[in-house]
Amino acid sequence: MSELLQQVVIGLASGAIYALLALALVLIHRATGVINFAQGEMAMFSTYIAWQLVQWGVPYWLAFAATIALSFGGGMALQRVVIRPVENAPVLTVVIVTLGLLLIFNGLATWLWSGEVRTFPPNRPFPTRTFEIGGVVINVQDIGIVLVTLALVAALWAFFRFTRAGLALRAAALYPESSRLVGIRVGWMLGVGWGLAAALGAVSGMFTAAAFPPLEPTMMQAVLIYAFAAAVLGGIDSPAGAVVGGLTLGVFLNLVGTYADDLQNLGFPVNLEGLRLPVAFVFILAVLLARPQGLFGRAEARRV
Amino acid sequence: MRRRDNVALGARAIGVAAFVVVIAILPRFLSDFRASEMARVGIFFIALVGLNILTGYTGQISLGHGAFMAVGGYASALLIAGRPGLELAQLEAPDWLPVGDGMRDFWTIPIAALVAGAFGFLVGLPALRLRGLYLALVTFALAVSVPILLREPEKLTGGTNGLNLFGTTEDRLTGAIDNTVHIPVLGKDMTFNDWTYYLAWTVALVGLAIAWLILRGRSGRAFKAIRDSEVAATSSGVSLASYKTLAFAISAAYAGAAGALLTILSTIVTPGSFPVFLSIQLLIGVVIAGLGSLGGLMFGALFLYYLPVGIQELADIGSLPNGLQDAAKSPGMPSVIYGVALILVLFLLPRGAAGFLRRLLIPLTKRL
Repeated sequence: MSELLQQVVIGLASGAIYALLALALVLIHRATGVINFAQGEMAMFSTYIAWQLVQWGVPYWLAFAATIALSFGGGMALQRVVIRPVENAPVLTVVIVTLGLLLIFNGLATWLWSGEVRTFPPNRPFPTRTFEIGGVVINVQDIGIVLVTLALVAALWAFFRFTRAGLALRAAALYPESSRLVGIRVGWMLGVGWGLAAALGAVSGMFTAAAFPPLEPTMMQAVLIYAFAAAVLGGIDSPAGAVVGGLTLGVFLNLVGTYADDLQNLGFPVNLEGLRLPVAFVFILAVLLARPQGLFGRAEARRV
Repeated sequence: MRRRDNVALGARAIGVAAFVVVIAILPRFLSDFRASEMARVGIFFIALVGLNILTGYTGQISLGHGAFMAVGGYASALLIAGRPGLELAQLEAPDWLPVGDGMRDFWTIPIAALVAGAFGFLVGLPALRLRGLYLALVTFALAVSVPILLREPEKLTGGTNGLNLFGTTEDRLTGAIDNTVHIPVLGKDMTFNDWTYYLAWTVALVGLAIAWLILRGRSGRAFKAIRDSEVAATSSGVSLASYKTLAFAISAAYAGAAGALLTILSTIVTPGSFPVFLSIQLLIGVVIAGLGSLGGLMFGALFLYYLPVGIQELADIGSLPNGLQDAAKSPGMPSVIYGVALILVLFLLPRGAAGFLRRLLIPLTKRL
């Protein structure tokens, strides 16, 4: 039993990382109806920036904050420069542009920092000490990741719910025409959406580098697939759904990995230990077929 | 109007004939090494012809065609090796799997195409109920998953090391012993590279002919109707599910044939031969090729192959400015240039190379 609980806690920590990236995907999808395939590589690139800052002697937490700010600006600039020209093109054209961004960020990171693996200083952002409650060994880092994620989500929710800027952002995403008429600068609002997404991705990347070292150009590719799965499970338009989806998926995949041997002994034909990505793929397909609107999304009506 | 149509058809026939002739005599003018490169261009060409049926004609996206190449590549490798070959490599196939006792390499190409097509059909069945964006998502996840799945049955596929055909099955790999051995083909002696060149491009031309036959008929019209408007197509009695799945299966079969050829050329197949990057690369190829012309597809295939190779060669001969020299040697550089090229093409030439060519040619052909 304590084994199970322990695996759940570990799963929640990786789930929080997926949730952050899924939340980034959801923000962009809500604002522009597009899935940003470059989200993972953007997060990876941000993480390298953080690493470089630390390498130059900047204290970790300052680097952490600076990276978030830089990512926000970078995401906004990307939307203004690269996405705006294809704003009115079919959705798939925009998706292909984001694939182009995926290649560019991956290539740039390999070029600037080489493909070699790097590591952050240990015990950052959270100490990796463990403590024990009722037989369950808990890592401080896991708790930190989950708490920061929840705090970020709450802050984001409050921002969208209680501030004028948040209201303008929501309006621009939902009713671009009417928003323009009441004086909201819709283009910039979409830019802010991309900025927020990039910032969330940066946090997700820095946590990934801490929880699943090392830092390397491919590190976010699996996380991106898990984030897709989480976003789809939650309903691709629902921020709360993305968080719940991420945490659920994290726990689920961790349990699949832990009990793969037992499953196989019970007669399951393959060992799922190394097959988490294919499991996520089946998961995405199953959710889309059974409940395309996800857990929290609204069913979509198409006008003919 | 009729005369114009005839002229257009005649011009196209001449174009295709010229294409075939150029391909047939090209090796005479190329070094052995360039011929092997052109064989790889042919592999891209085959995959692009197939992907174009799905994206260009039917309007469905796929970010997962590398996965179908992987399925074709492994199917071909298993068939070439057969049970005796696998045993030599200390692997074994389960009893129910019909891998046979080893097969000549080129016969495995159609079988690999069928296997990949069947796999595409199975994946397409559920996936094509999804709209564009979700289809992109699912096929992307497929591209990530399949190499991992192929790695897993280690006893059959050799795990991360893959299946090395070289040395275990020499008599079944036509002439893959070394480049100096001359292979008798139809009474003529060929080098290995010339042989693979002709093999790849024969498959490509046959594939092109089959694609033409499919697209000019009922299915082709159904595909285009779906692309232009799903609602209108349904109202006209086109079954969306069956035609979309058909297009998916056909284009997966082309990818499978391309994968089989890749296995034959490399004499080895590993999960690493089919990264996600390959799937994205193929999509870039069709985007750059533009909608469905032969010239566009050829340009797309050449672009895919020669972009990384060309940068490397430029860096090697040292003709770049100093700062760029190091950058060009970085393994990340091709990605960056692919990405920039992709975005630029979408910004500047939304119809790809084919549309660009057509725009150049229209003033000329109008006079005819």
